[in-house]
Amino acid sequence: MSKLYSGAEIVFKCMEDQNVDHIFGYPGGAVLPIYDELQNFKSIKHVLVRHEQGAGHAAEGYARSSGKPGVILVTSGPGATNVVTALTDAYMDSIPLVCISGQVPTHLIGTDAFQECDTTGITRPCTKHNWLVKDINDLASTIHKAFEVATTGRPGPVLVDIPKDIQFQKTKYKKPKKENKLNGKSHNHFNQNSIDQLIDLMSKSSKPIFYTGGGVINSGPKASELLRELVYATGFPITSTLQGLGSFPGDDNQFLGMLGMHGTYEANNAMHDCDLMINIGARFDDRITGKIDEFSPKSKKVHIDIDPSSINKNVKVDLAIVGDVKTVLSSTLKSLKQKKSKFLKSNKQQTSKWWEKIQKWRSVRSLDYIGSEETIKPQYAIERLYELTKNKDSYITTEVGQHQMWAAQHYKFNKPNRWMTSGGLGTMGYGLPAAVGVQVAHPKKLVIDIAGEASVLMTIQEMSTAVQYNLPIKIFILNNQYMGMVRQWQELLHDKNYSESYTAALPDFVKLAEAYNCVGIRAKTPEELDDKIIEMLNTDRPVIFDCMVDKVENCFPMIPSGKPHNQMILGPKDQESKKITGKGKSLV
Amino acid sequence: MPNSKSAYSFSNKKEKFDTHIIVVWVDNEAGVLARVVGLFSGRGYNIESLAVAQVDEKLKISRITIVTTGTPQVVNQIKLQLRKLVPVHKVADFKREDKAVIFKEMALFKIVGPNNKLESALKACKKYNPILLDKTKKSNVIQITALRREIDKMSKDLKKFGLVSVSRTGAVAMTRGADIFK
Repeated sequence: MSKLYSGAEIVFKCMEDQNVDHIFGYPGGAVLPIYDELQNFKSIKHVLVRHEQGAGHAAEGYARSSGKPGVILVTSGPGATNVVTALTDAYMDSIPLVCISGQVPTHLIGTDAFQECDTTGITRPCTKHNWLVKDINDLASTIHKAFEVATTGRPGPVLVDIPKDIQFQKTKYKKPKKENKLNGKSHNHFNQNSIDQLIDLMSKSSKPIFYTGGGVINSGPKASELLRELVYATGFPITSTLQGLGSFPGDDNQFLGMLGMHGTYEANNAMHDCDLMINIGARFDDRITGKIDEFSPKSKKVHIDIDPSSINKNVKVDLAIVGDVKTVLSSTLKSLKQKKSKFLKSNKQQTSKWWEKIQKWRSVRSLDYIGSEETIKPQYAIERLYELTKNKDSYITTEVGQHQMWAAQHYKFNKPNRWMTSGGLGTMGYGLPAAVGVQVAHPKKLVIDIAGEASVLMTIQEMSTAVQYNLPIKIFILNNQYMGMVRQWQELLHDKNYSESYTAALPDFVKLAEAYNCVGIRAKTPEELDDKIIEMLNTDRPVIFDCMVDKVENCFPMIPSGKPHNQMILGPKDQESKKITGKGKSLV
Repeated sequence: MPNSKSAYSFSNKKEKFDTHIIVVWVDNEAGVLARVVGLFSGRGYNIESLAVAQVDEKLKISRITIVTTGTPQVVNQIKLQLRKLVPVHKVADFKREDKAVIFKEMALFKIVGPNNKLESALKACKKYNPILLDKTKKSNVIQITALRREIDKMSKDLKKFGLVSVSRTGAVAMTRGADIFK
C-alpha cells in the first residue's frame, strides 16, 4: 500500500513536482498545518513578507523576472482579502501566480466563522480560475491543474482555497498528469494562409510599424530573439507598449520608443499615419489608443495574440492571428525567408520616405526637458541612473505615477524580463515588494525600484522583508512631495486645484532606512547626484535613496484625453497652444 | 449623466443591438453559474433570461441558455470571454430570428375567478399547448409553452380573465433537423 500524506504535505509534494523553489507568504490560523510541514521540504524556501499584498507583488516580480509562476501562501479572511489587489494586478498584466489560501474547516463554511470570508467568491473576477477544495482526494489534482491554468495560454493568477480540516486529512498522493490539455483547448489557431496574408501585407506596405507588447515577454526569451530577427529582416520601425519594453533593444535605431499617453512623438505619429500596423502581443489598451474613433485611421491592422478575446475587443482588425507569439513569429520568419529572401533590399526603397518622415518626428526630441543646475530634474535622475547602471544587467521595478513614465521613457532596456511595472491596474506600492521578488529570483543581480515617495509608502513595510533575507534591493525614490501624476492632472485639467495631492508630513527617508536597519542616502543637487548613485551601487545592502527632485515637473510628451495620437502636447512651451478643454476633461 | 461610462474614450458610433441566444455547455460544479453570470455583470453585458440545468448526469454537464442583447462586437466578446472560462466546454450563439433553431419558454398562469372566466382564459391559451395543471372551483393553473413575446402578450391578455400570478422560465433552444451543435 502506498503511503498516505496529509493535505498539508500534499501541498508541498505538488510544489516539489512543479519545481517551486520559493514561496511568498504569511502564516495564520487557517494555514498552520501547512506551515507546520514547511520544515520537512527543504527544497522550498519561504519568504516571510510583512503584508499579504507584499507577498502577491513579490510573487509577481519573481514571476516576471524569471518566467516561472509565482507562488503565494496566505491564511483565510484578511490574508486572502489582502492579496486581492496583487491578484487583480496579475490578472490585468497576465502574470502567472498560484495563490494557496487557507480556509476555515468545511463544517464551519457559511457560519461567519472567525477569519472566514468567501475567498473563491471574492477572487472569482480577479483570477483565471479558482477552486475551493472540499475533498482531500481532489487536492493534488487541483493544485497541479492550478499550475497548468496559471502558466498556459494567456498567463494569469489562480487561487486554491484549502479548508483547515482538508489540510489534516490523509490520502495517497497523485503525481501530475502530463500533457492533459485544458478541455482540449489549444492555443495556436492560425494556419499558413494567415501567415501568407501577413507577408503579403508586409511586402505591399510603404508605411509599416510593429506595435509590440507584454505578450512578447510572456512568450519567453525566444520570442524576443525572433522579434529582433523579424524587425531586422524587414527594416520596419518598431514601437512598444509599457509592458513590452525590453523585448527589442531600447537603444536600437529602428526602435521609436514607447507609444501611448506618455509615449514619444515619433512612435505616436507613426502609429497614426502608418498604412500597416502589426500588433504583436499587445491589446489596444485605452492608454495606447487615445481617442478610439480616430485611432490610426488609414492603416491595415494585424493582431497577433494568444487570447482570442483580445481580438476586435477595442479595435477592429483586418487580420487576426491567434497563437503564441513565439510560434507565430517563427512561422512568419520561415515563410519570409522562403518566399521573400531579399525582403530587406526590396523594401528599403519602398519605406525610405516613411523613415524620412519618422526622422522628422524624431528631430522634435519629444523627451527633452529643461535642465537645471540647482534642482535635480527627475528625468535627469533617471538618465544618470541609466548611464551608471547600463552595463550591469540590472532589473528595474517601479511604482505607479510620473516616476514610472519617466523610467519608461529614459531608462533603455535591452533584454526581456528586466522591467517589472504595474500597467493594467496601475497599483501604487507595486515596485518595492516586486523588487523583493526579483531579488529572490536573481540574488546576484542589481535590482532597483524606481519609486515615488507617495507610492512607496503604500508598501514600505516590505523593507523589513528585504533586510531579513539580505536582499540588497535599491529603492530609488524620486521625491517631489506630491502625488506627481495627480498633481499634473490637477494642473492641466482642474485649474490648479491641488486637492489632497500634497503629502505634508512625509517621513525622513534616510532615518526610515536606518530604522529598518538598511542604508539611507539622500541627494539634493545635480552636482552630488552621480556620487550618491555610485555610493548606492557600491552598497551591498538594501538602500533607500531619497532623491529630492523638482516639485512641479510634469511628464511630457502627453496625449491629452479625448485626443488622437497626432495631437500630442510636447512640453511647457507647446502646452499653451493646446489647452485641454470641455469634453476632454471628463475623459481622464 | 451622458458621460458616466467607465471607458475613458467614447465612441460616437451608434450600432444596432441584436437579440442573441447563447448556449453554454459547462461542467456542473460548484460556482459555475456564478462564473458565467459574474462575467456578464462584470463586463456590463445584459441578461434578458436564463435557463440552466444538468443535461448529462454521467459527464456532469449542464446546459445554460442565456438570452442577451448587444452589438455584434459585444456579442462576439461574450462568446470569446465565455470560452476562456475553465469549466466551459462549448458555446453556441443563435440569433433570435434564426429559422433553423427552436426557442421555447414555459409559463404558469394562475387564474382566479368565476367559471366562465376560467374557461375563457384556457381558450385564449389554445395556440400555446395549454395544460391544465390544477383546477378548483375558483381557480386554474395553466401551463403554456411559447415564444417570449407570445408569453408577454398572454400575461397581458389574461388579466381580464383574473390572472393573479405568473411564473415563467428563461428560453431554451435547440437546432432543427438531425444535426447537433458541435
